[in-house]
Order: sequence, then structure tokens, then C-alpha cells
Amino acid sequence: MTASSYLEVRSLSKRFGDFIALGDISLDIVEGEFVCFLGPSGCGKTTLLRAIAGLDPQTSGTIRQKGRDVSALPPAQRDFGIVFQSYALFPNLKVTDNVGYGLVSRRQSRSEIARRVDELLTLVGLPDAGPKYPAQLSGGQQQRVALARALATSPSLLLLDEPLSALDARVRLRLRHEIKALQRRLGVTTIMVTHDQEEALTMADRIVVMNQGAIEQVGSPQEIYRRPTTAFVADFVGSMNFLAGRLAAPDRVEIGTLGFACPAQDGLAAGTSVRLCIRPEDVRVRDLPSDVANRVAVVVAELDFVGAFCRATLRLGGADDVALVADFSSNLIRDLGVAPGGRLDVALPPDRLRVFAA
Amino acid sequence: MSLAAPALRIGLSRDDLLMRAGVTVLALLLLLILGLPLWALLSKGFEDSDGHFIGVANYVAYFSTPALFNSALNSFEVATVSTAIVIPLAFLYAYALTRTVLPLKWLFQGISLIPIFAPSLLPGLSLVYLFGTQGFFKALIGGSIYGFKGIVIAQVFYCFPHAVLILTTALATADARLYEAADVLGASKLRVFFTVTLPGAKYGLISAAMVVFTLVITDFGIAKVIGQQNFSMGAVIGMVLLAPAALAFAIDRLVQRKQVALLTARAVPLVPKPKPGRDAFFTAFCVLVSLGILGILGMAVWGSLIKYWPYNLSLTWANYDFATFDANGWDSYYNSLRMAAGAAIVGTARMFVGAWLNEKTGGFGAVRGLVQLLAFLPMAVPGLVLGLGYIFFFNALWNPLNFLYATMAILVINTVAHYYTVGHLTATTALKQIDPEFESVSASLKVPVWRTFLRVTVPICLPTILDIAIYLFVNAMTTVSSVIFLYAPDTKLASVAALNIEEAGTTAAAAALCVVIVATSAAVKALHLIADRFLLGRLQAWRRR
Repeated sequence: MTASSYLEVRSLSKRFGDFIALGDISLDIVEGEFVCFLGPSGCGKTTLLRAIAGLDPQTSGTIRQKGRDVSALPPAQRDFGIVFQSYALFPNLKVTDNVGYGLVSRRQSRSEIARRVDELLTLVGLPDAGPKYPAQLSGGQQQRVALARALATSPSLLLLDEPLSALDARVRLRLRHEIKALQRRLGVTTIMVTHDQEEALTMADRIVVMNQGAIEQVGSPQEIYRRPTTAFVADFVGSMNFLAGRLAAPDRVEIGTLGFACPAQDGLAAGTSVRLCIRPEDVRVRDLPSDVANRVAVVVAELDFVGAFCRATLRLGGADDVALVADFSSNLIRDLGVAPGGRLDVALPPDRLRVFAA
Repeated sequence: MSLAAPALRIGLSRDDLLMRAGVTVLALLLLLILGLPLWALLSKGFEDSDGHFIGVANYVAYFSTPALFNSALNSFEVATVSTAIVIPLAFLYAYALTRTVLPLKWLFQGISLIPIFAPSLLPGLSLVYLFGTQGFFKALIGGSIYGFKGIVIAQVFYCFPHAVLILTTALATADARLYEAADVLGASKLRVFFTVTLPGAKYGLISAAMVVFTLVITDFGIAKVIGQQNFSMGAVIGMVLLAPAALAFAIDRLVQRKQVALLTARAVPLVPKPKPGRDAFFTAFCVLVSLGILGILGMAVWGSLIKYWPYNLSLTWANYDFATFDANGWDSYYNSLRMAAGAAIVGTARMFVGAWLNEKTGGFGAVRGLVQLLAFLPMAVPGLVLGLGYIFFFNALWNPLNFLYATMAILVINTVAHYYTVGHLTATTALKQIDPEFESVSASLKVPVWRTFLRVTVPICLPTILDIAIYLFVNAMTTVSSVIFLYAPDTKLASVAALNIEEAGTTAAAAALCVVIVATSAAVKALHLIADRFLLGRLQAWRRR
């Protein structure tokens, strides 16, 4: 337990009858950090967020915030601000009254409240929205008002429950950057729930990948993407090739008659069935040195145009029932004259390979 | 795994405590105005007329006395036949309103609602004027209007709007794309009707049938017991009536639960296109039905203005001078107004706050379940049963609340209890449509929950709150079945007075009083519509985009 740990979750479980929504979750969050809970729907990420807020209390386990045990406190006695996917703005109150909603009961003078509301609306980039009703704003504007309302009481923890899911793609991209910049400026510890891996990768300082009520991996976006520790994470975040094979030696995988060098596997016995993983963009084609590791001859089976690049399906020579997907830039395709049916030599860099038990 | 760890007990905030206290008070009140009176009646069924416990002897006597048992069979038969007539009529009418191009749609819609404003005596009186021994069209009906036929026609009139309302809702929620798909696939009109339209309205049809059946069963059978003054046997009859009503109601609730996901948010609403042949047929049908409704209402109005039916047809206001027919004169009308206003104000506040408490209180499942059960009870309970229960419970010497007996207050309480289900359901439905996270946001902002209730929930639900108030007012004006057991000479209601006057033989005056009741309810409803349109429009500017 580090001294700087702001939020400590210990052995948190949540059950609905026989169903285990959260099983024995432990997690530390550092002050000022932006953490994303990432996972498919039903993985328990929202359940965990709502347990931290006290909205749907856990069945067992403890939560400490700034060293204070808040496990059994109702939401009103905890310190957080929250933004929902649905915005949950009060439709009958003007934007000013929505943002000032939490300030009114704090016995501040009217002018103080007005000043704070102005300040917050400027902060989220809506200085003129005050006299409007929520229904008169666009989705993105409403979400910004919701953000301003959550920040009004200066909470030390900001919870975001799929805040961008209801917005269209363009607005979503812009708000990603705005929220991240705002969070950095204010330094407020933030937890965001999302099922969108791109959102998590671009916004988070650390990502908590969840699956079936358990944490799969915790790490920085680079760690999660480059060094997934479980097959689930490898599959869920980004695209990944899974090639069925056999572990011949701790650092060697055989697929058909082909052998590939890979990082040494300590936990797996030689002879076990494994899956060899590589990301499509990590397949090397250009300027292969003559002694390059893991060189393999392939036939281009299909070439799908995806816009900025082409996704190629390759058949491995020596194991032609195995398909390998690789991303080729338009330049590369033009320079090397890649076309369906063509032959090609590619390399699978050993340091980019991951091996998981099948 | 920490599965063995002790379950966590979450602390309660002041809001939680307040709301739990509120729900508890709500449950106790419902127990007092519904549970205990019904229990008092239920136990009465096991006593002889001196109050000694005699087990199921009353029930045995009931089922072995042909005259009594037959009355139950009669009720059942009337309910079945009325339902069989109302549902097809209402379905066609609702179909015309929602799926065809009907001229003056709003007018037809309005006419179909008229029976709601009429006391159940009104169609009876009109039928006597039209088809009775001295009626205009006596020859037409072929046989006597008194008895089975007359009762069924009156019930059809009384239940029609309820069925139309349910079926209009069921038919209005149609996905146009289903019809386009069927069209593209080359299905015939008939096939489309049986494979798309009917299945879509299936739950609505079942629900409407059950509601109509319950309405008839719970309304009918008043006359049988009133003169009898045998309370123990009355209790037994009440309980026997309760069974089919409760069953029908249970089926309805089951079906309603399935209806929820029928229309997705992505559905494209169906807008009927003109089609001359079909539109002409349905317009003619609606005109015919409307004429029937207006005819019955018009006959009552005309009858109330006639000097001496059928010998002297000159017009007079004399029948509206109620003092000549009933000791209370116009006072019974003022009593009705006061009672209806009281029920509307007290009842609406009670139902809305109650539904909110029950909906938003966290945990506390047992008490909330009890509230839910008690709130659903009155829909299935015949007014007669509730009225008798009130006598036994509130008139009892041991009951510290017996000072309420024979006051205006007990009439208000009884009416609120009698119509609790619909008000509670309406409020609950409206509350479920509000973002459930409002309370979460308030909690995170440390704003007490009652402030959010007053500043946000109530303003958003204002139209619903008005709806409930109008519903209570209109029903309080027309209700007879329960309050007839509870009034005192100085708190007699207009609906009851109309019945008394009719029994005394002055049909015209009874019709006049019924007309006054209809006019009042219709005027209140019209005021509501105007207020909705203009006043609320200004107060609720935030709804506009």
C-alpha cells in the first residue's frame, strides 16, 4: 500500500443472488490520476463505479478514500461528483440553476453562486448557455453542463459513467480532448467507465481492463496495448492475430512445420498448446535483413481496403491453413506491388510476439 | 474469494431515514383505509348475525341457497356478455381513431369518453325512457328492457370508454416499418391484419377485456344486497364477487408486464393514409356508436326537462328543483362537490407522494412490497365490499377512529381508497419515465432528496398530477357503490340522492340530478384541457426545444 494511494479498494464483491457481478476486486488509485475502467458490457465496470460512489453498495469489501473508510457511507456523505451517460440534467431548470444546484444548499450568497456558475460555464466552454434550458442545447453541450454541475462543489473525485457514449462520433472526439485537458488542469482524480478501447487508450493515465466481474490487467495504455498479460486483454484491446501452435522450447513456438522465436515463457511447460499473438501492424515487410528472425514466406489471400491502410489476409507457407492478418500502408502496397495471389516474405519480430496458453 | 465475509451493512443517510419513515407511514395508512376494513369484512363472513364465530356456515348457506348463488351467477353472466359486446365495439372504434383517416377525430374521441362522466344510474334511466313500458321504441327491443338486457346495455355504455382508452393506446403504438415489410413481402390485407395488427394489439385486447370484466363484476350486484340488511351474507357475497375480479385483475397485470418492450425507441410511428372505402366504413361506424352514446345522454337531458313523461311533453325546469323530491335538495350536489374536491386534493397528494416514496426509497423491500400490494388491492375489490368493510371497521365501538363514521371525512377517505390503484399506477408510471439518476446526482451534490422532489420531480410531473386529480374528482362525483353505505343524512351525495329519488318514483328528477353531475364533470374536464393548453404551456416552457 503506497502512501500516496488516494482510493483503496480491497476485496470488493457484489452479488445479485447467485450471480457474481464483482468478485474480490482490489485496486489502488493515486491522487490526480485519470483511470479508465474498460471492458465489454456486463463486465462489472459500472457496478464497480457505483459501488465506489455508494449508489449500489457492495456486498462485502472495503473502500477507503483519502485514508477514510467510506465503505458503509451513503453517497451523500462521500466526496465525489458524477456525470452519467444520460446527462441527468434537470429539464425544468435553466443551465445556471442546474450548475448551481449543489451550491444553493451550501448557504453561499447569491452573488457568490452566480460567480462560481459563470466560472464553471467558462471552464467547460459554454459562457453564454446560462439562461437556456437543457432541451435547447445539443447533446455535447448538455454533457458539458453536466460536467460543470459535477465540478461545482469542487469534489476531489470525479466519476464519469460512459459520458460520451450517447454522443455522435465527431462530438465524442472533441469532448475526449476537452475532458482530458480539463482534468489535467484541475488535477482532480477521475474514474471513467467506458466500453470504447480507443477512448480509454487516448484519455487514461491508467487502464483497468475488466471481464466477468474481475480485473484482467491494470496498466498504462502502452502497457495494456503492447504487453497484454491475458488472452482476453490481447483480444479486447486493439486487433490481434491468434495463431494456434505448440511450445517447443521456452522461447520457441512451432506452427505446423514452421518455428518462431519468442520471448521466454516461464510459466508454460514445453509441449503445451499455445496461441502465438501478434498485432497486424507489427508484421514487418520492408527492408528485412538477411538474418532477420522469424522470416516466413506468405501468399496474399485477400486485400481489404480500409481507407488509410489495407488489411491483408496472408497464408503462411508451410502451414497454409493458418491465416495471418497484417496492416499494410498504401505506400507499401504501391512500392512492393502487393496484390492478391502475390508472394511475399514477412517477419514477425520476436519482441512483438505474445504467447498464451490455448 | 471473500465470499465468506459478512454482508456489509450500509449506513443510512438522513434522507434514507426520512424516506423509510415516509414509506412506513404510507403503509400504515393504506393498512388503515384498505387492509383493516377488508379484514373486518372477511372475518364478518365467518360470524352469525349476533357476531358469534360459525366457521364457513355462511358460505355453505350461500352456495346452497339457489336465489343467492344465482345472483352471483347472474353477475358473472352479465360481466361475460358485456365484455363480449364491448371489446369488439371498442376495438373497431379504437381502430378507426388510430388507423384510419377520420374526419373530426377529436370530436369522436371526446364523445367516446362521455360515459366516464355519467353516474351508472344515467344509462339505466335513459333506457327506461327509450325502451321501458312507456318508452318510445318499446317495440324495437323485443321483450322487456328491465332485467338482463337493460343491465347489459347500461354496462356496455359504462365500460365503453375504458376499453377504447386501453385499445387506442395499444393500437397507437405501431411500428410503420412492420407494415412496410409486410407490404413488400406481398402479404394480403387480411393476412397483415392477422399477423401484424392483431398480435400487436393482443395484450391490449386481453387487458381491456379483463378491465371491463372487473368493472362490471365490481359495479354490478349493488341492488341485490342493499335492501337485504343482512351484513354477514353481504360479506359473503362481497367475498364471492372478489374472487373473479381479483383473478381478472391478476391476468391484466401479468399481461401488462409483457407489453413493455413492444415498441422500441427506434420504431417509426404509423401515420394512416387515406383510403376512401375503409375510411367511409369506419366513419359510418363511429357516427353510429357516437349517436348511441349521445342518444343515451340526450334522452336523459330531455327526460329531465319534460313535465310528465309520456303524457305531457312540454318543457320545464321544475325537475331541477330538487328540494321538492328530496329533503336535501341541492345540498347533496354541494356535498358531492366538496367531497370530490376533497378527494382530488387529499388523494392526489397522498398518491403522488406515496408513489414517489415507494419508487425512490432504497432497500426496505418488505414494506415497499406491502405498499405495492395494498395499492393494487382496490382495483380488484368491488365498491360494495369496500363499503361494507368500512361499516364494520369504522363503526365498531372498539375503534378509536369511529368518530369518523358518518362524516364527510370518511366519504373522502373511502373514495381515495376506492380509486387508489389507478392514481398510484399513473404516478408510478410517470415517475419511472424520469431519469433514475436525478436522485444519484442530488446525493452526490449533497442536496436533500425532498428538495429535488419539490424543485424537479413535481414540476416535471405536473401534467400527471393534474390527470390524477381530475380522475379522482370525476369518479368522486359519480361513485355510488361504496359510499352508499357510509353517508349520513347531512352528507348525502348527489349520486346517491339520484338513486333515492329514482327509487321514490320520480325518474325525471333523478335524470336531472344525473345531468347536473355529468355537466359538472365535463366542465371540470374542459377546464383541465384549457389549463393544460394555455396555463401549463407557459409554466412549462422548458419542454419546448
